[in-house]
Amino acid sequence: MEDGINNVKPDPKVYVGVRAEFTPEGRILPRSVIWEDGREYQVDRILDVRRAASLKAGGAGIRYTIRIGAVRTFLFLEEDRWFVERKI
Amino acid sequence: MIFSCWEYIIVSQGGERVDRTIFHIDINGCYASIECLHHPELRDKPVAVGGDVEARHGIILAKNEVAKRYAVKTGEAIWQARQKCPKLVVLPPHFELYLRFSKLARRIFLDYSDKVEPFGIDEAWVDVTGTAGAAGAERLANEVRQRVKSELGVTVSVGVSFNKVFAKLGSDYKKPDAVTVFSRDNYREKVWPLPASDLLYVGPATTRKLRDYNINTIGDLAQAPVSLLERRLGKWGFVLHAFANGLDSEPVAAFGEDSPVKSVGNSTTTPRDLYNERDASIIFYMLSESVAARLREQGFRATGVQISLRDNTLYTFERQTGLERPTALSSELHAAAMKLIAGNYSWGVPLRSIGLRAIDLVPDSVPDQLSLFEDQGRRERQERLERAVDDIRRRFGHYAIGRAVTTLDDTLRNINPKEDHVIHPVGYFKAV
Repeated sequence: MEDGINNVKPDPKVYVGVRAEFTPEGRILPRSVIWEDGREYQVDRILDVRRAASLKAGGAGIRYTIRIGAVRTFLFLEEDRWFVERKI
Repeated sequence: MIFSCWEYIIVSQGGERVDRTIFHIDINGCYASIECLHHPELRDKPVAVGGDVEARHGIILAKNEVAKRYAVKTGEAIWQARQKCPKLVVLPPHFELYLRFSKLARRIFLDYSDKVEPFGIDEAWVDVTGTAGAAGAERLANEVRQRVKSELGVTVSVGVSFNKVFAKLGSDYKKPDAVTVFSRDNYREKVWPLPASDLLYVGPATTRKLRDYNINTIGDLAQAPVSLLERRLGKWGFVLHAFANGLDSEPVAAFGEDSPVKSVGNSTTTPRDLYNERDASIIFYMLSESVAARLREQGFRATGVQISLRDNTLYTFERQTGLERPTALSSELHAAAMKLIAGNYSWGVPLRSIGLRAIDLVPDSVPDQLSLFEDQGRRERQERLERAVDDIRRRFGHYAIGRAVTTLDDTLRNINPKEDHVIHPVGYFKAV
């Protein structure tokens, strides 16, 4: 998508790799997120889990509110793919 | 079903008589809303979802609120819509995605009741009697509306009433993202002034007939003598009179309860206009194969055939005929369809869209009355042959095998009616 100054806007939806724990109760807990460039970030804490839509990135699924270091962010599980909202 | 319409359905709770509380929930501009959710960059632009332009299914299937402001209408041709709104963004449909959202929405509704009855992909009735009394119904409806918005990112309108028909009117009354309550106290003042054509099952033909008797609103319909309506509209006159008076007693089916199949049909807008019986024959072969395969799959035989024809001026009509013997053979469905078209269409104008429907179904376990004048062995061989074709198509795909006649025209053969129609229209009544 063009933004008027010939810069291509990056897709606000970033699919990421995730290492997750599947608990015996059937819960899925993301433990680390692998960014587009291959860097891996530990998930320090899962603050909230609920079904939600992402208006910013465009999609809907299970939304994990996670803390990575000092940063609080959303991580979405949409069917069988994970995505985050790109900060633009 | 129909003759129970006169009963007021009132649920008894501890001796107290309580009305039902029914929601009708409609996902606003369903396909377009789901597309806009997935395309944040398009949300403030006029967006529509349109059938495949290349294959000439070029009509608007859904539009967003911005497109609505340009008077873009569902069902009109894409070129017509573009005349009104040149910047209209037309996206191709993604039915699998819509089905996923439909399921997710249903999952939310099931949190409130096990009586969730889908009506097409984007609508459902939910019977919340017992979960919410009349007073709490509006609050609960708002909760459902909010949940769908936050969990799925699309808006719904909810109609709340004491019967399904008024609940459906309610979800149309105010949208998007709204709740409308039609109660016993307010329906005369809110529902009755609405045009009769808003009522379920009042189509253009019925509207015309009613207008001849100066019946224009739902209130006019409710107060018209039932004998007059029955005389003009047959049993439907009786049903519509009951609907208009809030006397619809049709229950909300429990989720997963399949309604008995009443007919099996397919229709298609053809890749090019049809000019003669040979063209129609090719398409009817493809449709009858699809319909026959689905009849066999579901264990039915048809005792009647109905065709629907739409010419390129969009004039539409239907004709039907009975069959001598129950059948699930494509050749017999095809023969009946061709007889109907020969007797009813003069080809003054080319056809744009045709459909074939197997009606008056009987289970295939019903014993067959053999005919002295027909070669039963040949029919059985034909059925074995068609089942073999079903099997080949199941294993190797639809185009792995086909009738030679369909190769006569490369443009026309390019449809796969059985798999192209994931989403079938549904009927309101569960049994007749």
